[in-house]
Amino acid sequence: MNAAAARRIWGLMYRHLALYRRSWPRLLELAYWPVLQMCIWGFTASYLATRIGGVAATAGATLLGGVLLWEVALRSQMGVAISFLEEMWSRNLGHIFVSPMRPWELVAGLIAMSIIRMLAGVVPAIAVAWVLYAYNLFALGPVVVLFFMNLMIMGWAVALGVVSLILRHGAGAEALAWSVLFGLTPFSAVFYPVSVLPAGLRPIAWALPSAHVFEGMRGVLLNGVILWDHLFAAFALNAVWLVAAAVLFARQFRQARLRGALMSIGE
Amino acid sequence: MDAIRVHGLTKRYGDTLAVDGIDFAVPTGATMGLLGGNGAGKTTTIAMLLGLLIPTAGTIEVLGHDMSRDRFAALARMNFSSPYVALPHRLSVAENLRIYGHLYNVHGLERRIAELAAELDLGALLDRPAGQLSAGQKTRVALAKALINRPELLLLDEPTASLDPDTGDWVRTWLERYRAESGCTILLASHNMAEVERLCSHVLMLKTGRIVDHGSPQDLLDRYGRDDMEEVFLDIARDRRRAAAGADS
Repeated sequence: MNAAAARRIWGLMYRHLALYRRSWPRLLELAYWPVLQMCIWGFTASYLATRIGGVAATAGATLLGGVLLWEVALRSQMGVAISFLEEMWSRNLGHIFVSPMRPWELVAGLIAMSIIRMLAGVVPAIAVAWVLYAYNLFALGPVVVLFFMNLMIMGWAVALGVVSLILRHGAGAEALAWSVLFGLTPFSAVFYPVSVLPAGLRPIAWALPSAHVFEGMRGVLLNGVILWDHLFAAFALNAVWLVAAAVLFARQFRQARLRGALMSIGE
Repeated sequence: MDAIRVHGLTKRYGDTLAVDGIDFAVPTGATMGLLGGNGAGKTTTIAMLLGLLIPTAGTIEVLGHDMSRDRFAALARMNFSSPYVALPHRLSVAENLRIYGHLYNVHGLERRIAELAAELDLGALLDRPAGQLSAGQKTRVALAKALINRPELLLLDEPTASLDPDTGDWVRTWLERYRAESGCTILLASHNMAEVERLCSHVLMLKTGRIVDHGSPQDLLDRYGRDDMEEVFLDIARDRRRAAAGADS
């Protein structure tokens, strides 16, 4: 990447950071839902621990770990998709697409913003878990960084798919930016192992990088072992997902240029 | 040397032919007017020149770059302004200009913003959100954005649309001076015939995707025997000259 490309990526980031600097409600909104989730599930886990005892404490740790890590995927996906939508809503995409900014630089800028947005949402939730419930996500060990990475990459791949659908179908597809990953939650084995799913649904779960991450998380929490095969599968699947999403984005971007959709997107 | 060279440019949407095999060139330093009624193909042509739209057929060369292979090199040396494409309205004018300064890799960006603020009388507006400006102020800010990279080619889509006569005149005067001082090539789409007559050295008249006439405003006035471009426009749009010629014969 040359200096001019890095500067264009920074230009896009500056645009979004300036928006957050001017609007504390936007900043608050980033952390609101992850913290709220943590409060609800944290108190639920605490209540169960007082009623049932040791087994519930382990289940609570699994629950809180699942909530926090799933927020990483959710916030990463929304970070890319909503930053793109912000450009669409402000009718600014026309200026971006006629600037020297390459499509991959646009994607890199959106991904950089998604990392910032994810950290702004998840770090307060991690802090709440630690302060209120004495739950330390990082007690999982350094492997937690690999879990984070996998879930972020999966979020970006899904977001690129959403952006591609917005390029194809316009504003009608924007609701997917909020909802699409929730649809994958039941198959991601966030709160229960894949073995709980009916046999016919398990192949779907195993095709999701997230299911392997959460199996890995449970391996560390319940048995104290790192399930490297699941981690490797998560990275491999993410590579496939990311390449597929990039191909889809490139195709839809070209189709949008053929149809004239870039001229009217968001209207 | 031509700043723009277009050959056989065609755009088809399904059964609709929006631009029908047009050829034209814009000499470096000229101000070319792109005229035509609604649906004539002006916006489609500009979108193809900007790389927003892939042509069905034909070639476009901008500042020596083939737009089908090397559009980003051309885009770095040109810029665009339209009242129909907004700037992020919650950000201040200065923040907006900084964003585009980064996207166009402008060196000495703060100095360039100060220059543009002085030239376009934006000093008092720099810290105001772009969405809170009047139409005239927004036009000046849009011009500043379009000039941030000192473009060699400026594409303007109806630059004085919705402006009061005083502000419109100010913008035209400013564009005349800027072109004379910078040698920039300007391609201008407008429905304001007085503006075209005043600013443009060449005019392309588009109708149903084809170039139906071209020349300098004076050439067209002489050819159609009219006193102003408004009448020339109506002659072409309504086929009046042809109808008159038919009646004479």
